[in-house]
Amino acid sequence: MAEILVLVDHADGAVKKVTLELLTKARELGTPAAVFIGSGYDEAKDKLAEYGAAKVYVAQDPELTGYVVAPKAELLAKLIAEAQPAAVLVPATAEGKEVAGRLAIKTDSGVITDAGDLRLDGDRLVAEQSIFGGSSIVHSAVTTGTPIITMRPNSTPPAAAPAAAERVEVSVELSDAAKLAKVVNRVVVPKGDRPELTEAAVVISGGRGVGSAENFSVIEALADQLGAAVGASRAAVDSGWYPHQSQVGQTGKTVSPQLYIAAGISGAIQHRAGMQTSKTIVAVNKDPEAPIFELVDYGVVGDLFKVIPQLTEEIAKRK
Amino acid sequence: MKIVVLVKQVPDTWAEKRLDPDTLTVDRASVDGLINEMDEFAVEEALQLAEKHGGEVTVVCMGPEGATDAYKKALQMGVDKAVFLTDPALAGSDAVGTSYALAQVLGTLEYDLVILGSEASDARTSIVPALLAERLGLPQLTFASKVEVDGTSIKINRQTDYGHDVVEAGLPAVVSVVEKINEPRYPSFKGIMAAKKKPVQTLDAAAAAIDTARVGAVGSWSKVLDATVTPPRSKGTIVTDEGSGGVELADFLATKKFV
Ligand SMILES: Cc1cc2nc3c(=O)[nH]c(=O)nc-3n(C[C@H](O)[C@H](O)[C@H](O)COP(=O)(O)OP(=O)(O)OC[C@H]3O[C@@H](n4cnc5c(N)ncnc54)[C@H](O)[C@@H]3O)c2cc1C
Repeated sequence: MAEILVLVDHADGAVKKVTLELLTKARELGTPAAVFIGSGYDEAKDKLAEYGAAKVYVAQDPELTGYVVAPKAELLAKLIAEAQPAAVLVPATAEGKEVAGRLAIKTDSGVITDAGDLRLDGDRLVAEQSIFGGSSIVHSAVTTGTPIITMRPNSTPPAAAPAAAERVEVSVELSDAAKLAKVVNRVVVPKGDRPELTEAAVVISGGRGVGSAENFSVIEALADQLGAAVGASRAAVDSGWYPHQSQVGQTGKTVSPQLYIAAGISGAIQHRAGMQTSKTIVAVNKDPEAPIFELVDYGVVGDLFKVIPQLTEEIAKRK
Repeated sequence: MKIVVLVKQVPDTWAEKRLDPDTLTVDRASVDGLINEMDEFAVEEALQLAEKHGGEVTVVCMGPEGATDAYKKALQMGVDKAVFLTDPALAGSDAVGTSYALAQVLGTLEYDLVILGSEASDARTSIVPALLAERLGLPQLTFASKVEVDGTSIKINRQTDYGHDVVEAGLPAVVSVVEKINEPRYPSFKGIMAAKKKPVQTLDAAAAAIDTARVGAVGSWSKVLDATVTPPRSKGTIVTDEGSGGVELADFLATKKFV
């Protein structure tokens, strides 16, 4: 079976869940070969083997991560030429999509962004995308070159299926064009112990109604009862109450958890764009006219400072 | 400094968007068009940089005939002139085709900086800025929450999943901006009046040396096979908290097995 390249999303070797999802999906389509770029491979290798990577192309040259996006696309372009994979799967993160796009141009290949599912129809790969905030579903296929597909996190349940993860060292002589945008400093905002926003099964987000950074403790307490990730509206982020990585919406993250709870969020179109494909949606808002209520499965008109702590306490009691 | 800012006209974000059942592309005829919101931040950044460093700002827009609101808004905000690329052959272009067409238009212009919004609210691929950088062989400075130009070099904060990267490059460069970067100005009455007299150059594909085999639905390297409208979410239960709203919510979550 042909190789399916899977670009590994990781932080210094800590493999993101979306990678395991992509490996799981790749097993349906061919033989998964992971592509690991950067440092920390030793930490990553067991996970990649566990989820079915038959092979792992490992590229550790620091130059590959020292410039914005372009080097990764060059490395993948070289792998496409050498390994002739049947497809390349890339996580649909902001950067993943850019890598995929540049790769498409380098290899004269079509790219499909934000696929929610992928299946083989004969020998053609058909991607499913949910567009316009989930109001339409489209199926599309790449017609030229090697299909390059970016897949949304949380779209395939990851399932283990151990494989050899045979290590293959790879490198690429970077062109000058790949070294134009130099990363001179990397600022990492410390991340707590809560699950990652795009990976979490449950997300609880706070908005302007939360009122202050300190008050977010009310949201966090519920999140910890539910094992949830904490998100925020742009209004809360712009007020400096929560970091921008937590922003849910058009310009923040797109999440699609089993359960999304919006507290003190009005439900502006730009916020909805990031959460309206969630399976179950709950809102607490004191304004009965808030547009978020148009989306919910269950809504409580009330003060979040009463409802949320009571909910938190009730869940604790029932455990 | 010569700055080109690229804007897109999109369906109103509040309007129901749908795909045209015949062409399987965004039905742009059925809804009002306006400038993609994020592009206003790009226009604002261009204007601020031009105000600070001196220079001229040109807006470039590609779109169907008559889709003039987006670049007009940019002119009203203070951009000096507009280039409007319109040709029936461009209809249905995907991100790859669009980036090619825009790169060709940029080939007819002089610039030190190209600025875009980081995402259009209709297609939401967010990749056109990166594709342009690839095609033009220029530094990719995307998802910028801060831009500083110093002579011939530029430094940005690139918003990332983990925080941000500080990225440096030489000019010319391609920048895309996020909405954290500034507060777009409203056009003044004077700006609106002045915009009417600003030069607008309309180009068709041939005038921009665009090979029409590489754009539009025919030039696309991917194809939409079918589209279906999903049934609307069924209406949920809304309750008013009378003192036990949290407990009732816990009951609801229990029925869904979250508790
Ligand atoms: C280009 C662009 C991109 C954007 N991208 C995003 C994005 O990615 N994500 C995003 O979220 N927004 C985004 N926005 C902003 C968006 O338009 C809204 O301004 C924002 O989502 C509002 O946040 P909010 O709901 O928290 O605040 P508000 O709209 O002010 O709503 C606050 C809500 O809290 C309720 N409330 C207040 N106090 C309480 C209380 N004690 N108990 C219960 N309820 C209470 C109020 O009734 C109100 O409904 C974007 C805007 C633009 C122009």
